[in-house]
Amino acid sequence: MTSRRAAPTPHTATGVPAVVGDPRAWRGLGTWALAFPVFLLLAWAVVLPNVTVIAGSFASGLEHWREFVNSPADREALWSTLVISFWSVFAAAAIGIPLAFLLTRFEFRGRRTLSAVATLPAVLPPLVGVIAFLFLYGETGLITRVVQIVFRLEQPPWTLTGLGAIIFVHAYTMYVFVFLFVAAGLERMDTSLDEAASGLGASRARRLARITLPLLTPSIAGAMLLVFMNSLGSFSAPYIFGGGLRVLSTQILSSKTIGAMGLAYVETTVLAVSAVLALIVFRWFERRRRYVMPGKGRASRVVVRSRVARLAGPVLGVALVTTLVLPHAMVVLISFAREGSWTTQILPTSYTLDNFRRLATDPQLWVPIRNSVSMAAIATVANIIVCFAAAYLIVLRSFRGRRLLELLVALPWAIPATAIGIGLVATFDRNDLATGRVLLVGTFAILPLAYFVRGIPLVVTATEGSLKQMDPSLEDAARGLGASWWLTMRRVVLPAARPGLVAGAMLAAVMAVGEFVASIVLYTRANRPISIEILAQLRDLSFGTAAAYSVLLIGLTLVITLSARWLEGRATAGEHAA
Amino acid sequence: MERETESPDETAIRERAGTLSLRGMTRRFGTHVAVDDLSLDIAPGELMALIGASGSGKTTTLRMVAGYESPDGGRIFLDGRDITSLPPQRRDFGMVFQHYALFPHMSVGENVAFGLEARGIRRAERRSRAERALANVGLEGAVKRQVQSLSGGEQQRVALARALVIEPRVLLLDEPLSNLDPTLRRSTREELRATLHRLGVTSLFVTHDQEDAFAVADRVAVIRQGRLLQVGRADELYDRPASRAVAEFIGHATLVPGILAGSEVTVAIGGREWRLSAERPPAVPDGNVMAVLRPDALAFASPDSPSGWQAEVTERRFAGALIAYHVKLSDGVHLELYGTERDVRVGDLVSVRVAREPVAVVAP
Repeated sequence: MTSRRAAPTPHTATGVPAVVGDPRAWRGLGTWALAFPVFLLLAWAVVLPNVTVIAGSFASGLEHWREFVNSPADREALWSTLVISFWSVFAAAAIGIPLAFLLTRFEFRGRRTLSAVATLPAVLPPLVGVIAFLFLYGETGLITRVVQIVFRLEQPPWTLTGLGAIIFVHAYTMYVFVFLFVAAGLERMDTSLDEAASGLGASRARRLARITLPLLTPSIAGAMLLVFMNSLGSFSAPYIFGGGLRVLSTQILSSKTIGAMGLAYVETTVLAVSAVLALIVFRWFERRRRYVMPGKGRASRVVVRSRVARLAGPVLGVALVTTLVLPHAMVVLISFAREGSWTTQILPTSYTLDNFRRLATDPQLWVPIRNSVSMAAIATVANIIVCFAAAYLIVLRSFRGRRLLELLVALPWAIPATAIGIGLVATFDRNDLATGRVLLVGTFAILPLAYFVRGIPLVVTATEGSLKQMDPSLEDAARGLGASWWLTMRRVVLPAARPGLVAGAMLAAVMAVGEFVASIVLYTRANRPISIEILAQLRDLSFGTAAAYSVLLIGLTLVITLSARWLEGRATAGEHAA
Repeated sequence: MERETESPDETAIRERAGTLSLRGMTRRFGTHVAVDDLSLDIAPGELMALIGASGSGKTTTLRMVAGYESPDGGRIFLDGRDITSLPPQRRDFGMVFQHYALFPHMSVGENVAFGLEARGIRRAERRSRAERALANVGLEGAVKRQVQSLSGGEQQRVALARALVIEPRVLLLDEPLSNLDPTLRRSTREELRATLHRLGVTSLFVTHDQEDAFAVADRVAVIRQGRLLQVGRADELYDRPASRAVAEFIGHATLVPGILAGSEVTVAIGGREWRLSAERPPAVPDGNVMAVLRPDALAFASPDSPSGWQAEVTERRFAGALIAYHVKLSDGVHLELYGTERDVRVGDLVSVRVAREPVAVVAP
């Protein structure tokens, strides 16, 4: 610290000037004391695995890359992955955008019910959604058979395999993203803009094209990105409905299964790079068209009055609700089916509680439940600690490396789960302390680690959201009032972060408890989670048990969601009572 | 607002009021010098306002005093002790933030008691002291209320109570009135002045609004582009600005060129030469100067009076007690003056004279 001019001491009583110290420097030191371990952990769990995979793909020079390029199967996989992603985005947008307009811009009977039901597919754990579709639309599924009987067909009217089936399942499970994003965008939009345009003489179509859609671009682009990324990394649907179709994520698993690790690394790299490229393109598009809405958004709904609409509406609504509820209902129904009672019939002939009873009593069936719950718990606790620190650093501290930290915590979001799994396999297969590699493959710890990595972006993003709403001077105010760093954290920052931290932890826990894609790459018999066991039961044609596990998984999801809500509700109530 | 007896807390605040001295404070952001070699002394119990336009460096100065920013150069002394390197939590300063920074998840009482909690004071004492601090700002019985349920003025008073309850050596206020609507603002600044004076706390008050500064502070420091231009009582700044920048920043004024000789300044505008008695600052030598013609020092002269400039009224703004007129002289010079003549209209030809001397002069 230098002063440009000699600073005269006003009172000579002190004589010697105080020891020069810099409160900012101490603060910087404190920041790094927190940032250093966070960086170290992220470098170890996020960066190292990706680097190992990329390095592994070049382990024999370009040989594995040549192998990839020359393999018709891999070329087909890359192509169909892109085709599936493209059409999934298209299909999800085609369902989600009109539905969002319908439910935000119009008022009609049953609107609330439909709004509530419209998000149902999102609460199905990924694998469970796929199974529900199998039960409904598969070769021996309920709907398939009903159609076959009604139209007296010799053969099932369709087979739920290949490209179409995968896109169909994607559209059902992922339109929710588009619906939620666009509905939120529409709710935020100030209707006075639309009114101003109509006052200026713009027709309804022109207003839609020139005002509404341009303003919705960020919402639509954001949602499309989410669908694209999810489709790119999608594993369950292609794995179960793919038939002979290859996609990158399934290719990776089969290369790994036959021990062709070099090729698996190349495939993983290609998949991860495609995902990151998609992310960059969509983000660019999203940023280019971001506006600050003038004034407060106030959405007004048009009451539907036309006779045709009022007659057609309820019919359409009931059909829509039925379609959306059917998968859930079907899984629940089959969970009560006596094993072996559903072979050639439309519906199972005999029902029982045995499936659930066995889950609770058969130690072999209980193990996956115990595993999933404990592994999700471990991962979530780790997420809460690390992600709170990361979000705090990103939002409230300024230091060199903040941008890098932002990038590191977002990386697991951009990289498909299969690639994360392969990264962990590649890295933690040996003890080599010099590079930070420890033997975790084949141990219990590898799955919680994978869940932890996948949970990072969820918890950090949600926590950042809460911290950004906090007035940054609160921290200054607390310090100025004499509070220590720890007291400030405990009494000011943590309470401010809590809503996001709880919501993020909830998302991470829900993800972890039903996780399938990274698990199938990493599990061992001892730590097999519920999702893997569901797959095993399906293979044995034990539909009842598989469905019972699925219902249990939905139940666990519900318990986690409700306890997070309860926790937040109690905290808010506590504040008001104080 | 004076009261017969002081509570023990109030006595403590008065006794703890410190002398704050800033010496050569400098802060750079990259190549931009936000605060440039700023020195300022505030006596115990004195209320000092720091005013300047936005971006002038006043908030940066305040944050350095509070310890949230550290200076690139210079020292901060409290009662002669160098506190430049002390972190905020060890300075014992109270601060009222611009948006008050009330903890949204705590009740009013918890907010006020937080500084005491940080000092490890027992719950019962925290409670009674918080209650007394709230009573001090006229918010008796608000302990249990939620921060969100407070009006803007109440939030400001809670923030003040929270800063005062810790018996600060110095109280810092960052634009504490800027979030209030105009009516509330006027009454609040009267209250603020009364409270701070009664308590006798040393205060540094940052604002961009000179009316606020004049109404609240004992002395005012004017800062511009990070440099301190002048420190003084409000009337000193108004009547005897030390520089052209201060003359232009404080109040309204028309600056017209003139020639200073001894205690008189000769201005040549409107086709006439006038000799006016000058308030001459010691640093300004004879020769070319700018004379500061304040609107309240000008008046209409009778139309046939020889002692006036002939002018045309170009603008008339009714402001209640006074009417502000803009007039244009024959050579195009614009003057602003305040009057009470209601029948003078835009377009009228009038005669304008200097009604109050001496006038201030500043270096050109």
